[in-house]
Amino acid sequence: MSAGRFWAVSFVVAAALLVLTRWQIQNEYFFFAGYVVLQYIVLATAWNILGGYTGYINFGTAAFFAVGAYTAVVLHKLTPVPVPVMIVAGGIVSGIIGLGMGYLTLRLKGVFFAIATLAMAIVAQTLIVNWDFVGGARGIYVIRPQHGPLVGGYIQYLYSLMLLLTWFSVAIARTIERSRLGLGLNAIRDDEQTAEAAGVPTLRLKLIATTVSGALMGMSGAPLPYYVTYLDPSSSFNLSYAVNSVAMPMIGGMTSWVGPIIGAVLLGTIQQVATVTISSALNLLIVGLLLIGFVIVAPNGIVGLVKPRHRARGGR
Amino acid sequence: MMIAAGRQPLLTVGGLTKHFGGFVALEDIDLQVMPGERLGLIGPNGSGKSTFVNCLCGTLRHDGGTISFDGYRLDRVSAHQRTRRGLARSFQLPKPFRSLSLLDNLRIPLLYAVNARPGARLSAAAIEERSLQILGDVGLADKARQLPRDLTQVEMRKLELARALASAPRLLFADEAMAGLSPSEVEEILGLLFRLNDDGITIVLIEHIMRAVMSFSTRLVVLVAGRKIADGAPDEAIRNPEVERAYLGE
Amino acid sequence: MEISLDLLVNAIVAGLLLGGFYAAVTLGVTISFGMLDIVNIAHPAFIMLGSFITYAINSAFHLDPILIGVTMMPAFLVLGMAVYQIYYYAFERRGQESIQGLAFFFGLLFVGEVALILVFGVDYRFVEAAYIGPSLHFGFVELPLRMLVPFVVALAMVGLLQLFLGRSFIGRAILAVAQDRLALQLMAANPSRVKRIAFGISIATAALAGALLIIIQPVEPSIGRDYIGRIFAICVLGGMTSIPGMVAGAMLIGIAESITSTFYGPSWSPAVAFGFLLLALAVRPAGILGR
Repeated sequence: MSAGRFWAVSFVVAAALLVLTRWQIQNEYFFFAGYVVLQYIVLATAWNILGGYTGYINFGTAAFFAVGAYTAVVLHKLTPVPVPVMIVAGGIVSGIIGLGMGYLTLRLKGVFFAIATLAMAIVAQTLIVNWDFVGGARGIYVIRPQHGPLVGGYIQYLYSLMLLLTWFSVAIARTIERSRLGLGLNAIRDDEQTAEAAGVPTLRLKLIATTVSGALMGMSGAPLPYYVTYLDPSSSFNLSYAVNSVAMPMIGGMTSWVGPIIGAVLLGTIQQVATVTISSALNLLIVGLLLIGFVIVAPNGIVGLVKPRHRARGGR
Repeated sequence: MMIAAGRQPLLTVGGLTKHFGGFVALEDIDLQVMPGERLGLIGPNGSGKSTFVNCLCGTLRHDGGTISFDGYRLDRVSAHQRTRRGLARSFQLPKPFRSLSLLDNLRIPLLYAVNARPGARLSAAAIEERSLQILGDVGLADKARQLPRDLTQVEMRKLELARALASAPRLLFADEAMAGLSPSEVEEILGLLFRLNDDGITIVLIEHIMRAVMSFSTRLVVLVAGRKIADGAPDEAIRNPEVERAYLGE
Repeated sequence: MEISLDLLVNAIVAGLLLGGFYAAVTLGVTISFGMLDIVNIAHPAFIMLGSFITYAINSAFHLDPILIGVTMMPAFLVLGMAVYQIYYYAFERRGQESIQGLAFFFGLLFVGEVALILVFGVDYRFVEAAYIGPSLHFGFVELPLRMLVPFVVALAMVGLLQLFLGRSFIGRAILAVAQDRLALQLMAANPSRVKRIAFGISIATAALAGALLIIIQPVEPSIGRDYIGRIFAICVLGGMTSIPGMVAGAMLIGIAESITSTFYGPSWSPAVAFGFLLLALAVRPAGILGR
């Protein structure tokens, strides 16, 4: 399926899903939980562009995600803008951070890059903690409007936005995956030195990957203040975002756009159920154990279990 | 292939120096490679041959000296840019793209080196065709859609050369492309290199297998302990007393 | 802002004492990551485990924390060897160390923290010992015993290990593995066995480091995360494989954190080590690139 056709078909699927769920489902909890699962699909998909496609493990998801959320907070305090504008703003700010982080750290290999990303997350968190305008360590309260701009409650509205964002990020991921860029990233992942010798502009491609990945993560964080109504650094920079955005693509499968969706839906749903039934700490334990288990037993994830490794690729 | 007199050198290296901390790997190396030449580069282990190639191709940054290719200074040019300009190399230890088919392995240089040059860009169909053609030239056409995982040693070497070829180079560094191969396999690779040279590609052969180097080269350069100690016709260079000493010991 | 001399000197002294402790914390990673090339970012989890076991035994039996720490070391040695065994079978053997190994240890770090939360809860825990509380005074310089004692023990552990690596047979085998894996294989010594012992030793140091940690400050499970950056910053600054270099790096970070905390407030100190790390990684010469 060509890129254009995929965008169209997937949009129809997403729109159909949207209409169906909003029309049929009355239980508000579905939209609360659905928002979270969709948010994780975006995070996992975004992570995978840099992690799965390019082979650079990012532990600093929180930096981009929380920065997106705090960008929304800043806008919320300065001038009231609609949430879609905040999403775009979050994407831009986090994209710039992704570009900067890439520039500083992409000369590093393997674990040094991963630790540097973690370092940036901590640095970002420390900066926010010390910034009183957005509430600092105490956090900040954000009032959630009663109704969405058109029809229905506000949570349904946020859910709808997140669904559209999910469609957008999945479509981007697949477009990258099947394009010349994706082939180049794949080459970088397999052997960066050989890729460079073969004519691939490795630094430039890696910067594109970190920027796109960061921007999408920032976009997924932007609606968060309205969703939680109370935002503070320790929860928005929580390491669980990093673990989840690593675990979901690894468990789902890192080589294709389908993997992060599978991983996010699976793990996201398990966590939503477990948080309600057991305890939230225990469900994080489950995620950690699943990550370890899959990494040992099924390194190619669920997608790898279902499909053999060899895939004839298209490319332009 | 005869070297036309009065032609400009394709590659000019002046005073090339490289050190790792206190260790001097290359010291003040001058070299000219003429278009169409078959240059042999030999030297004992640790003499700096691979470091030399790495510096020329941009994998390593050289510390001093100049490199010019086709009239352009390459000193601060990145490795992928050098490949786009027409410099290609095969690696001593073949490192193919493991998750890609052989066909896709060749697509990379076709997309990123050939298509990045000014002029006509190859379409997707043309790229696939060219990829298959190169694989055919090296005798790997029937494995085009397989992963590199199952290739034999000599097939990996051929793939490595094929990938370097796919970037349509003017100058190819074949870095120990024959190490560990049987005599008949060495002949195969050698034959391939002769054919490539006939097609107009200048080749620098870095090798330990003396028989192959002597039969292939129109000119021989000898590197010992980071310095060039001989540069000339193969028979003469090999009889240079310094070269003998380097190989046989004091 | 006027910088008072007493404050500055005390900050530096406190930083030195802290640095000694940081050396104990980083020692294990210098072995596992610097020498063996194993990306154990879960090291802080083992340290936290050591801290909490120390707490549990101390509050139940009132034994001295350092005694507990030393007694735990053999058990942690075995634990480390077991973890290495899993790592070896799952990753090193398959040659997939980089991404999968990293994810494995990341998962371990996280599982460790959550397991501690489930068992001990999120409250701060502390131990009781005679030297927690009193301080020595030299003029205006204050030396809290709760920092001085861990400082001495930490440096003792580092010194002993340095001797062990240089003098004993196993120690030298470890150094050999660190420098040249191929040579060791040719000598018919199985590198993975040596690595297993070395990794076990690295985890054993975490046991004592954990005991020292809970002497210095009360702990709660998520503190481990702050240590990831510190540990790797110190390891990198110290030159990866050099233990004396690591100690120097630890002192540097300790002093930097102490000064930042004294003059700018403690909310900035997590960023100090990470900031140093980013700087070190950005500036460091080719030794790190392409590792």
